[in-house]
Parts: sequence; C-alpha cells; structure tokens
Amino acid sequence: MFKHFVNLQWKSFFRSSNFGKGLALKIIVGFFAVYMMVSFTVLGIGLYFILQKTYPDTDPMLIVSGYLLYWVLFELFFRYFMQKLPVMDIKPLLLYPITKSKITHYILARSGLSGYNFLALFIAVPFSVVLLSQGYPALQVMGWLFAIVCIILTINYTNFIINKSDTVLWLLGTLILALYGLEYFNVFPVKEVVGQWFFNLYRHPILVLAPLLLAIGTYAVNYNFLIKKLYLDASLKKKSVKVETSDLTWTKRFGDIAPFLQLDLKLIWRNKRTKMQVFISLAMVFYGLFFYNMDSYGETSTIYLFVGIFMTGIFLSNFGQFIPAWDSEYYGMMMSQNIPLRKYLESKAGLISVSIAVMFLLSIPYVYFGWKALALNFACALYNLGVNVPVILFFGSFNKKRIDLTKSAVGNMQGTSATQFLVILPLMVLPSVLYFTLKTFVSFEVALITLSALGIMGFAFRKNLLDKITEAYRKRKYTMIAGFKEQNG
Amino acid sequence: MITTQGLTKKYGSQTVLNIEHLEIPKGQSFGLVGNNGAGKTTYFSLLLDLIQPTTGQIVNNNVQVDANEDWKPFTASFIDESFLIGYLTPEEYFYFIGELRGQNKADVNALLANFEDFFHGEILGQRKYLRDLSKGNQKKVGIVASFIGNPQVIILDEPFANLDPTTQIRLKAIIKDMAAQKEVTVLVSSHDLMHVTEVCERIVVLNKGEVVRDIQTSAETLRELESYFAGNLQTAEDE
Repeated sequence: MFKHFVNLQWKSFFRSSNFGKGLALKIIVGFFAVYMMVSFTVLGIGLYFILQKTYPDTDPMLIVSGYLLYWVLFELFFRYFMQKLPVMDIKPLLLYPITKSKITHYILARSGLSGYNFLALFIAVPFSVVLLSQGYPALQVMGWLFAIVCIILTINYTNFIINKSDTVLWLLGTLILALYGLEYFNVFPVKEVVGQWFFNLYRHPILVLAPLLLAIGTYAVNYNFLIKKLYLDASLKKKSVKVETSDLTWTKRFGDIAPFLQLDLKLIWRNKRTKMQVFISLAMVFYGLFFYNMDSYGETSTIYLFVGIFMTGIFLSNFGQFIPAWDSEYYGMMMSQNIPLRKYLESKAGLISVSIAVMFLLSIPYVYFGWKALALNFACALYNLGVNVPVILFFGSFNKKRIDLTKSAVGNMQGTSATQFLVILPLMVLPSVLYFTLKTFVSFEVALITLSALGIMGFAFRKNLLDKITEAYRKRKYTMIAGFKEQNG
Repeated sequence: MITTQGLTKKYGSQTVLNIEHLEIPKGQSFGLVGNNGAGKTTYFSLLLDLIQPTTGQIVNNNVQVDANEDWKPFTASFIDESFLIGYLTPEEYFYFIGELRGQNKADVNALLANFEDFFHGEILGQRKYLRDLSKGNQKKVGIVASFIGNPQVIILDEPFANLDPTTQIRLKAIIKDMAAQKEVTVLVSSHDLMHVTEVCERIVVLNKGEVVRDIQTSAETLRELESYFAGNLQTAEDE
C-alpha cells in the first residue's frame, strides 16, 4: 500500500505543471540548496575545531549542548512559517478502500521525511563524524546523534500540534528573547543549566530513551488527532479566518489614491507572504550590524553603501519587485474597472516611499558607528526614494507571472522570473559602482552628495517618470492579463 | 450603444471569433448563447479590452474600447471569480468598487439595501473574506458589485451558473426589471437556454466564433433555440 502512496507522490512531483517550466529558476534554487547543504556540512565539520580553539578549556560537546535549546526553539519558530502538514493531498484517497489508519500513517511518515528535518542533520552528522575521529566513544556519539534525530522528529510533530497557532508563535518568540535576556544580563545561566541536560544525553546513552519517547509521543498525539479528523469538514477543510476589519479612513487624507492605499494595506496585512515581507524588512535593519562590527572594511567602504541601499530599500525590493503581480488574481478586474492606472501606481510608490522613510528612521542608531554611517544611510534613502522607486516600478511592467496570495510565505518562488534577478543590477549594483568610483577618485563627500542629488532629482521629476512608467504598463497590459491568468505560472 | 465592426480574434492560425457586424442598441437586454468554445467569453473580454482584437473594433457609446479608456466609467462587468479581491470582505469590496465609481459608503449601502433578498443573509455582516465564501455566494457579490454606480452597460458572463434556484429566479427578476426601464444595456451569456429566453429581448447564437442566429425573443424562441442546438447535435453525429 505504501508503495502506491510513494508512487503517487512521485507522479505529483514530476507531472506538476510547474515541472520543466522555468528551468533557470530551478537551477538557481537548486544551486542555493546545494550551497546551504555544503555550508552546513562545512560548519558541521569545522564546528568542533572552532569551539576547541575559542574555548580551549571546555569540552566542545558541552558548548554545543548549551545551544541546543535555542536551536529547538528557533526551529519551532521558523517551521511555523515554513511547514504545513500536507493534508490536502489525501482528499481523493478518502473515497477509496484504504483504511484511515493507513492514510494517517502515510501523512505523518511523509512529513517525517520532509526536507526540513534533514537540514540540522547536515550539521549533526559531520559533527559526529569529527567527534568519532577525535576519539570520542562511539556508543555515546551514536546515542547522541540518535537523540538529535529524535528531537528533530519531535520538533516536526510538535509543529503540527501547534498547528499554526499565532499565540504559540508569539510565545516562542518571547521565550527565545526572554531566555537570551536572562543569559545576557546574568540573571540566570540558561545555557549552562539546560546545556547540562543535553550533555547528559551524550554522557548516558540510556537517556536517549527520553527524546525517543517524546518523538513517539508527539507522533501518537498527531495520529490520534488526525484519524478523528479525517473528514472533509474537519481538518481537510481550509481554515477560514474571522475577519477583523480595521478602519482605514485616515488614508482619506492622501486624496484620490486613498482607495488603492487601503487596498494595498489590506493586501499586505491579510496575506501571509506579504505580511512576512514586512517582518523580514523590519528585521533587516540589523543587517548592517554584521558589517559595522567588523573593522576590516574602513569607514567608507563600498560595502556600507550596499548595506545602506539594502537596509533602507529592503521593502522596496521585496515588495516592489512583484508589483503588479501581487494583484494578479484580480488584475482583469482592475483593468476593466474605472481605475486610472496612474493612481494605482502612485499608491504603490507612496507605500514604498513610506517604507524607505521608516527604514531610514530605524537605521538612525547606526550613528553609533560614526556620523559617516548616518550620512551614508541618508544618501542611500534619498537614492532609493528618487531613483530606485521608479526603477522598480518600471521593471514591474515586465512581470507577468501569477502570484497566488493564499499560498504559503516561505520558499515560495511564485511570480519569480528573470526580471527579479535583472532588477538587482540597477537597484543595488549601479549605485555601488557609482559610489566606489567617486569615492576612490574624488572623495567620500562628493560620492554621497552625488547619490543624494540623483535621488532628489528623481524625486523632482517623479511626475514625468510616473507618466512614462504608466505608459509602459499600458503597453504591456494584454501580456500581463494573459500571464496573470495562467495558474502555476 | 455598442457597435462591433469587422471584429476577429485569432490565436495562431485558429480564428476564435469573427463578427462582421453587430449592433446592440441602448437599453437592450442582450443574450449570448453558444456551446463551449463558441467565443462568448472571448467577445466579452474584447468588449472589456482585456484581450487585443486581431482586426476590427468595438465601439461602446462612441468610445473605441481598445484605443481609449473612457468607456470604463459607464461600463460594469462580472466575468468570473477573478473579478473579486479574495482578501476583502464583501462589504469592503462593495465600498472599494463604489469608491472607483464615485459612490460613497451611503450610496453603496442604499444600493445594497435593495439586494437583501438576493443575498439571503449570507453575504453581509458575515465577517468572512471573499475567498472563503462559496462559489455561489462569490458570484452574488460579483453580480451585485457590477450594479454599483449606475453603469449604462452591464456585462455578465454566465451569471446563472452556480446559483441556487431561488437566486436564479431573483436574478432573472432583477435583470428583467432593468431591461424594462430601458436605461441600462445588459449583456448576458449563458448555457441555459431557458434563462436567457426569459430575460433577454434579443438572443445571438455564436458557433465557433461566428454569429449563426440573431433572434428577437418571442414565444417561439426557446423551441427554436432548442431545435438549433439539438440539430447541432445531429450534424455532429452525422459527421
């Protein structure tokens, strides 16, 4: 019976209408996956030696144990966004003479083989191999590795028990921050205490029974829960959320772009993928810390310009690159309604501009790294505002791939085409090159002033630029409508 | 009101629509019938400038639709669910359409009050997104939204499909009512011959993209249409 299931799975993968389409995209995604795997493996191999070098007095195993709790919490946190029990696929199976218990085991077993479960193993397995080669006792290392596998499976099944509950997500987020806070302010040595528990797993292989029982337990909970809910109106039904409508009348003050602005705000807030973009954007304000904390670059390195463009323009590129594909589901309606295309684009431009301003305000604390950091970010914000907003809108006119808003947020490449990769050039590379040239041959100040001036000029000519962009959208209208209609495009 | 002249639409070498001349006067309730692939939706899409004609043009109230957008303020339509915005509630959607058509909330509410019967208590105040409504209820929302803002031309593609019997009867009454006032030009397509003959003054039959019948509705029309499509069946069997 299982053979049949696997066979179905296989076919659904190779016969999906997506397969074969967009080969270039697949290669890039594949490349990325390989890159992740390789870097994880390298990390797994190197981890032991890095830890040994940094903390010569402590057993690297103990240090790793200290971080395991954070790993578990982080995985749970991120899986909330990424992983979903594939219950919808089994709808057709309900009608056939297959016992419900088999179907349930099938879904659960399949989720156990999900790719997310292997990610951590790419670190854990090479790490264990290194441990063995360093003369750690085989039985204990194998026991530890087995425990890790059990923990991964426990995470996997716990995630389905959590079942997309927002409350748990917030709880997890707070817990991570709280634990880190306790640690950081020396209130309670979380890593040491919890690390000891995990370290015991390694020291006494018999304790491996605990994670094993947890994994079996969570599996059983899921099984009992699912088998009772294997009905069309229970777990197989797509959830419909009760709507909380919010009053957006304050947008009225923006005049005739107000209805579009309201629509865009709802679009962003009520759909997972777009909502995620907001959170990613806000988190990206910390991106600069990676670079500013390293002294090797020098105060005015081009890397900081790139960082500045990236930080202030993260929402611009993440959200903007898929304009107008966000509206692809109803683009036909938009085009036959009484909608001035110009107003539609103005609203999008307005929204992105606000995001740039917000991101700049959030990045002000970088002044801690010197006034040059602030000046750089300011110039970048201006450049984004004046030049990159029209650029991204213009590139949007080449979008013709549908985005299904109801699809999940992470790893969702819908709507991606060559345009998305091409747009990086003018968006980020061009200002970087410009800055580098001016800074090297003239001065830092001139480079910044030039970028700011370009931004201000772009802003001054915004009306004309928008006219041109509107024209571009008009020209490609039919292609867009046809493209957006194609499912799975 | 709507003049179609020398209109063709080709995909590659295949002609999917070929209308030499079609004149729809103001205030007429106009029905379009035909089998799958006859070109009904293609014609409506051309009328809304959603696809580009290969040759010819459609002039809607003196505006050539593929050259100028001025037909949009007085033309309303519902083609399929892709005309709805899934993440809005029905109310929000109505207000949004209202806004686009220069109607404030009060205007829209006044209009919606007329359709309480039609909605059958399943649309308004449900606190549900449109994407979570059933197909039939989605359709109701789309149809009523096309009435917002006093349009002069209303285009409805397959409005009766997916509706329950009660709603079908109510929708027929609504369309007949509009037709009686002779103000609004209503274009309806359908697979259901009975419904179209009931609500439309004039029925055009499309077959493989060509106009094959153009009938002023009378008591005989339903039988005439039925025999046409049955005959179609006959010839198809003969082939």
